[in-house]
Amino acid sequence: MKKIQFFTRLSSPLRKLMAVTGLASLLVLNSTSSAQEPVRIAFMDPLSGTFASVGNTGKTILEFAVDYFYNSKGGILGGRMIEVVPLDNKQSPNETQLQFRRAISEEIQIIFQGNSSAVANTLNQTISRHNRRNPGQEVLQINYSAVDPILTEDNCSFWHFRFDAHANMKLNILTDYIAADPNIKSMYIIGQDYSFGQVVSDTTIKLLNEKRPDIEIVGNEFHPIGQVKDFTPYVTKIVSSGADAVITGNFGADMVSLARSIIDSGLDIPIYTFYAAYDGITATLGESGKGKIRLIHNGVANPLPTEERKQFNRDFKIAHPNNDITQPRIVNALQMVVKAMEETQSTDPYDIALALEDMRFTTLGGEEIWMRGEDHQIFQQLSISVHTDEGVEFDADNSGYGLVTEYQVPLEETIVESSCQMRRPRR
Amino acid sequence: MLEVFIFATLNGLVTGFLLFMLASGLTLIFSMMGVLNFAHASFYMLGAYFAYSLSLYFGFWTGLIFAPLIVGTLGALVERYGLRKVHASGHVAELVFTFGLAFLIEESIQFFWGRDTKNYQTPDLLDFPLFTLFGQEFSAYRGFMMAISIGIFIALYYVLTKSRVGIIIQAAITHPQTVSNLGHNVPLIFMGVFGVGTALAGLAGVIAGPVLTTFPGMATVLGSIVFVIVIIGGLGSLAGAFIASLLIGLLQSYAIASDVGMPDLLSLLGISFDRGHPLNDLWTMNLPQIAPVLPYLLLVLVLIFRPTGLLGKREE
Repeated sequence: MKKIQFFTRLSSPLRKLMAVTGLASLLVLNSTSSAQEPVRIAFMDPLSGTFASVGNTGKTILEFAVDYFYNSKGGILGGRMIEVVPLDNKQSPNETQLQFRRAISEEIQIIFQGNSSAVANTLNQTISRHNRRNPGQEVLQINYSAVDPILTEDNCSFWHFRFDAHANMKLNILTDYIAADPNIKSMYIIGQDYSFGQVVSDTTIKLLNEKRPDIEIVGNEFHPIGQVKDFTPYVTKIVSSGADAVITGNFGADMVSLARSIIDSGLDIPIYTFYAAYDGITATLGESGKGKIRLIHNGVANPLPTEERKQFNRDFKIAHPNNDITQPRIVNALQMVVKAMEETQSTDPYDIALALEDMRFTTLGGEEIWMRGEDHQIFQQLSISVHTDEGVEFDADNSGYGLVTEYQVPLEETIVESSCQMRRPRR
Repeated sequence: MLEVFIFATLNGLVTGFLLFMLASGLTLIFSMMGVLNFAHASFYMLGAYFAYSLSLYFGFWTGLIFAPLIVGTLGALVERYGLRKVHASGHVAELVFTFGLAFLIEESIQFFWGRDTKNYQTPDLLDFPLFTLFGQEFSAYRGFMMAISIGIFIALYYVLTKSRVGIIIQAAITHPQTVSNLGHNVPLIFMGVFGVGTALAGLAGVIAGPVLTTFPGMATVLGSIVFVIVIIGGLGSLAGAFIASLLIGLLQSYAIASDVGMPDLLSLLGISFDRGHPLNDLWTMNLPQIAPVLPYLLLVLVLIFRPTGLLGKREE
């Protein structure tokens, strides 16, 4: 911008000459800038093992978005490319510690992580400790999917930002939706036995008690994560409990197996979920899950709101025909982090963190989202969508089935209080 | 409560029979070659993936027949050109070889089929409820799984005890030198047993794939439990493997179906703890929650009180 103003002040022939040489110098500059050091961000999620499919799709989305928005257009911060470094934490807290050490040794200061709140909690603590002991070499945790509320409440950290609505926010909306259905008189809760599964259970019971005390909780079951071979024994209990609906926070293979077992048993009741779509889940559920399975998620599913968003989907599909944009929040997170870098002209996590606080950002889908400064929690529209094949412009798993949004809640109504007492580093 | 009991029994039997198909191959291979095949569950996974791919083009039934054959052939080749060469270097080398093979198979599957869950469906022919009891359906496919597994058990039992091949195999287990001296080709028998064992694992994968979902983690989920069965049943004992399979299938199923836990036990004893107690997790634990750990608990108990396993004959 400054350069153009400078040109306009000069006389016109000189300006042309300057423009030409300017262009030439810009080209030279570009060729030198490609040799500039890239901005490296780590993507730390399970890339092998039981939950590998979710992690790999996330990595594909991040890499595509990096290329689509920045690297193909000359990079960021005046020509620096973004390099995504995949780190496979196998969704284990132990492995996460090791991979974190690796990130440090490679001088990576931004870590994208999403799968499993248990891992996110470990990473949160590890990063806090590291940052306290190594001022000047801080690391930023960009949590795009781990939704245990504690991460932005009691354990909130200046170095952690969450780009997904947390479990209580989602459950608040989901229980509103359930409470509005007079046919539901009893509810069965089943989930993986770890922090997030327990949050889903506790919060559902609490909220349903407030909103619809007449709904009876007929079951509250935990099973080990990623260990159950066959869910039929659990489904037997669901059937005999006479539940009118099931709610679960399961993801990955645990989600597919559970839903398949419920449907195979002939039980025709709604299943409310967080993650029952994409990565083969939609294709596997197919016709049998039509109209039965609902998801609470941020952003919107079909119909996609803007042409930009649709084009992004189409371009992604051309590059990766077998993947889907399962988590548009990864894109939001990337764009907001880059915006913070551009605003501060810095890749220092401290500067980025300050710029991210209370940032308002308009996504590809045209909605404004807000990163609350007080606890680093994102707020945006929340939707409940149904698994179906009607009105699906963008399907999942190329199956013809996908998600169609049934119910939407604007940003303002999703806001919840936080108990966060953030300790801010001094600089 | 009755319906829960009946269905828990049925589910336990389905799981038990399925586990037996895996365990039978593993225990046969162990008793013949003295090597624990760590890659056994990987062959099970291969079966599911081959059957899935075949079912896309030729339907489920083709997959059911050919996938186990392909897996069995692969298994035989692995024995002939891999394990037999490694055998010269002793048991540790064999163990490490199968361990590496398990990783290799898992990675190859992710390489060729991708990491997401595969849409491997039950055939339309069996897509109906076999019977409905107390409002719950028992799918025909599960009945089919059970029928196949029982059929395999009977066939295996017959072949091993009544047929000439079975007698030679049994002899080769205990006296390989003598069998060899009698003019039988012992390496060929080994290759055949390894092939049949892996084919059985493959068949288990084919029939389990549609109900237990076909994904790259399916070998890990089942792998360790199969070892537990083989050890509880007694290494090398087919009958032991059969009993242990059903025992574990039913044990897990009943544990999940039950609703008792520490709180019940404590209230029976008249003790109570508040939620803030440091060992709160322990006091609120219930049986369904620890159901998947029970087989390992049983394993520890068996190893302490009967190290040879239920029907094991070794080291006596």
